Amino acid sequence: MFQLDLFLQAIFSAPLFQGALLTIGLSLCVMAVSLVLGMGLGSMAGSPRRSVRWLVTLYVWLFRGAPALLVLLFVWNGLPQISEIFRAGWFTPFVAAFLALSLIQIAYLAEILRSAFAAVGRGQQEGAAALGMHRWQIFLVITMPQALRIAVPSLMNEFISLLKTTSLATVISLKELMTVSQFAIATSFRFLEWYGAALVYYLVIVSVLTLAQNRIEHVLSRGYR
Amino acid sequence: MNTQTAIQVAGVNKWYGAFQVLKGIDLTVRKGERIVICGPSGSGKSTLIRCMNRLEVHQEGSIIVNGIELTSQLKRIDRVRSDVGMVFQHFNLFPHLTVLENCTVAQRWVRKLPKKQATEIAMKYLERVHIPEKADKYPGQLSGGQQQRVAIARALCMNPCIMLFDEPTSALDPEMVKEVLDTMISLAADGMTMVCVTHEMNFAREVASEVVFMDGGQIIERNKPDILFSAPTHERTKRFLGKLLH
Ligand SMILES: Nc1ncnc2c1ncn2[C@@H]1O[C@H](COP(=O)(O)OP(=O)(O)OP(=O)(O)O)[C@@H](O)[C@H]1O
Ligand SMILES: [Mg+2]
Repeated sequence: MFQLDLFLQAIFSAPLFQGALLTIGLSLCVMAVSLVLGMGLGSMAGSPRRSVRWLVTLYVWLFRGAPALLVLLFVWNGLPQISEIFRAGWFTPFVAAFLALSLIQIAYLAEILRSAFAAVGRGQQEGAAALGMHRWQIFLVITMPQALRIAVPSLMNEFISLLKTTSLATVISLKELMTVSQFAIATSFRFLEWYGAALVYYLVIVSVLTLAQNRIEHVLSRGYR
Repeated sequence: MNTQTAIQVAGVNKWYGAFQVLKGIDLTVRKGERIVICGPSGSGKSTLIRCMNRLEVHQEGSIIVNGIELTSQLKRIDRVRSDVGMVFQHFNLFPHLTVLENCTVAQRWVRKLPKKQATEIAMKYLERVHIPEKADKYPGQLSGGQQQRVAIARALCMNPCIMLFDEPTSALDPEMVKEVLDTMISLAADGMTMVCVTHEMNFAREVASEVVFMDGGQIIERNKPDILFSAPTHERTKRFLGKLLH
């Protein structure tokens, strides 16, 4: 039967807490890098050169189509077979998971960001350009804030779904939340308590993110209410 | 090209694909002149005025603005643009910034002015267009006429020596047209060099040094407003004005 004291112990245990930190850390790293590169890839989708657009399409097609589990295993087990570099000590499960999940996340974010930037409209860029603003100033001060406002709900959904996808990294023995719970279960056989504790962690993190999303949307929607 | 010339357009041809929008345009705007451009829809008025700050590029001929020729070799087109104000049909205000921020953003990023000074300049011009009390509002909270006046103030904050207007009143409700035209008339009275695409004939009559009539990508004729309106020489001008006045 479910034992409350074991459950509470599990929740407040150091490994689970560290696992949660790793889950959050990995998600944040992947998201940050994917935002920047996704923006780059998204803007390449509007390139006048056909070969560039074609490459973007190919990339998105590949990494939206490939299951995360497959990409994770490919990166962790496959890359070391391809090259010497990936057999060195720096290629930890964290790095592998970061690489694999970023490859996928970039593909998703590129699509979201591309359409968000397209929705801002040429008039905004022209209005700023006519004032003598430089291209990167226009991007930073005029286009990006407006595109982000449009993209925030979708970006947050992607972030939440990424956070849960990191649990797949248990197959390459990254010590995130799920792996830590599995370890504990392997010695204690207390399924209910440990899975329950892990669930609590996920729910808390996602709730905090949802609150943050409301806050960000509120700030970005100034001027639109 | 002498120092009294603000804009010189010479032999400009422009194509969109195979379609020629501008055909051999010659137009000189002297400092302090107010040129009004009119003509039927699709005649190339917007294209011409947008070439004057290189929002559109021309393929042949030359355009010289404040002594600087606009070419693809020109590295800092933004420097030319910062001295040429432009007001658009659809305002193009930045919806995520307040009215005040709309007026200070370019001063701060382009002119590198400190916030306090930029704010003072912005308030000066918002007062000039009679809406200082809206400084902390967002564009979406303003009427069309108010938004267009903010757009004019925003351009004036850069202290431009030339102002371009592309149908600034044609997206406005009739009762708001006057407040925008009055602002433009007072600018003209101050000696601002202006190029306006507009079909407001009373405005043209009151302020224009010259009215230019365009059709099919060409300048058909140009003259002082009273002469052009009362005695147009070309058949196409007559037809266009006839439609406009009735
Ligand atoms: N980006 C573009 N690509 C292709 N054709 C264009 C483009 N922009 C304008 N045109 C065409 O060029 C012609 C001139 O357009 P322009 O906007 O300069 O006309 P206009 O005189 O300003 O008309 P209006 O009074 O309707 O604003 C039109 O036939 C238009 O369809
Ligand atoms: Mg037009």
